[in-house]
Amino acid sequence: MWKYLVKRFLLMFPTLLGVALLTFVLIRVIPGDVVELRYAGDRGSVSQDVLEKERARFGLDQPLWRQFATWVLGVARLDFGESMWTGAPIWQEIRLRFALSLQVAIMATLVAVVLAIPLGVLAALKQDSWIDYAVRIFSIAGLATPSFWLGIVFILLLLVVFHWLPPMIYTPFWVSPWENLKQLIWPALAVGYRYSAVATRMTRSAMLEVLREDYIRTARAKGLVQRLILARHALKNAMLPVLTVVALEFAFLIGGLVVTEQVFNLNGLGLLFVQAVAHRDYTLIQALVMLVAGVFIVVNFLMDVGYAWIDPRISSPDR
Amino acid sequence: MAVARVPVPEAVEAAPPGAVARWLAATREFCRARTLGAVGAAVIVVMFAVALLAPVLSSYDPEAVDFGAMLARPSLAHWLGTDSFGRDVLSRLIFGSRTALMVGFGASVLGATLGAILGVGSAYFGGRVDLYLQRVMDVFLSFPLIVLALALVAILGNSIPNLIMAIMVPMIPRSALVIRSSALAIREMPFVDAARAAGFGHARIVLRHMLPNVMAPYLIMLTAFLGQAILAEASLSFLGLGVQEPTAAWGLMLRGAAVEFAETAPWMAIFPGLAISLSVFAFNLFGDSLRDALDPRLRTQ
Repeated sequence: MWKYLVKRFLLMFPTLLGVALLTFVLIRVIPGDVVELRYAGDRGSVSQDVLEKERARFGLDQPLWRQFATWVLGVARLDFGESMWTGAPIWQEIRLRFALSLQVAIMATLVAVVLAIPLGVLAALKQDSWIDYAVRIFSIAGLATPSFWLGIVFILLLLVVFHWLPPMIYTPFWVSPWENLKQLIWPALAVGYRYSAVATRMTRSAMLEVLREDYIRTARAKGLVQRLILARHALKNAMLPVLTVVALEFAFLIGGLVVTEQVFNLNGLGLLFVQAVAHRDYTLIQALVMLVAGVFIVVNFLMDVGYAWIDPRISSPDR
Repeated sequence: MAVARVPVPEAVEAAPPGAVARWLAATREFCRARTLGAVGAAVIVVMFAVALLAPVLSSYDPEAVDFGAMLARPSLAHWLGTDSFGRDVLSRLIFGSRTALMVGFGASVLGATLGAILGVGSAYFGGRVDLYLQRVMDVFLSFPLIVLALALVAILGNSIPNLIMAIMVPMIPRSALVIRSSALAIREMPFVDAARAAGFGHARIVLRHMLPNVMAPYLIMLTAFLGQAILAEASLSFLGLGVQEPTAAWGLMLRGAAVEFAETAPWMAIFPGLAISLSVFAFNLFGDSLRDALDPRLRTQ
């Protein structure tokens, strides 16, 4: 088991390095750079000389391999450098936005789990009944509805029914929890619905599989009440795949809310990413991608550790 | 494991007589046993018809600006109202189905197919090739779909073929991952050994003997991707990074003015969203039933 875990742990590093390399190459293939864009307004009036000097200031005149090496060595020391557009340290740029995106992701996860587990279990227990069909249609609809459109519909309904708009200016939770929730509950609901659909389907199919196992039949045969069978035996064993899906979705949510943030005018990581791409702010894009992919890779690793811990077959040498 | 029935290598390639009749029977069985899936399929057929007959069905040019009829309410002249340029919303919805289907099918067919080839190849060759390919896939899988697509659009520029490319790329590793695990089991089948013993080349074995046998997971991935591709196109167009004005596209119709005028002209915001949801819903419904029908483990006893 330890051998498996160590191997799994070490495999994270080539993946992270691959992400770094891919990001580094991709953004440099995008036409134009930060210097060109900054002086785009007064093109022609700025001499080539000034542009070159600006590039040298950011190290963009260095050979690519050296730029990459400098950056990766910095990242290894957790130093992401400064934003090329604003000049502020990357950590300062990201900190508040990360808090915002993280909060929305956590709230959406809560919405999803609270909806998904009861619905999924119910659908599995009543397989092929009208309840099952209703839950399935509800969850397939959740997968089909774009969260950003659901967000627009929420805003519209609040306007028409309550003549009220959620606040458009972000208040941190520690300043005023009430103001903060009034704004963030709506994106959390819009994203949470889609998210819950993924989790509901997983809960349902995992429960269906578990309910067919021999140990459930044994539990029934020895006369255990249904509630205990569900709580002690079925749900516990069905939760593993559900937990995986929830964890992976969560990891993606932190950076993947690009469109929903736009609708609710939230200044989160997604919006920051779009702006950074528009500005060709290499250092900021690189840091954001490393952050999002890093969270995903670490969550993935932790899930594997969890699996190996719960199910010893996974880490056995013959795999 | 019984090895009684070793299929002749060529067996999967030639369609036996009566294939049409068998397809018809299978289709009838599908409609009977999986009502939800059949409903999804029906919506998809209607959507195709609408896309094909768009010029006949719509009474307005989807790109024609009419400043005399800006933000008109739904009426007999404009069934679903007009947008802030006076363009007919219904006509734009009808023509938008072409964009959605084109990008949806283009991206998902290409993504699923390339992924399938990589997945089968990776499983077939095994060893180092498999190990390295898996690491590369891991890297691509670590990006959220929308983030990778966004970066690719920025590189390629936003024409429709480029949009298809940008949405296709993140799908490849997802398809490869699933197909690889199915292909691993097929690699151990006797007919693959037989083909190798017969002296066939690697390309031939992968393309003609292994690929046809991963059709079930392939079709399941494909239908799942269809919905995702339509959603991704809508999201990118909504951000202004996908289809560009004045082309009719559902995500684009939700952009800008639709949100600004949401209170006075809600039809602008509501109908395109419904069109996206309904079409993705239909594809998912159909895909789900297809998965249940193709995967014997999921059948209810």
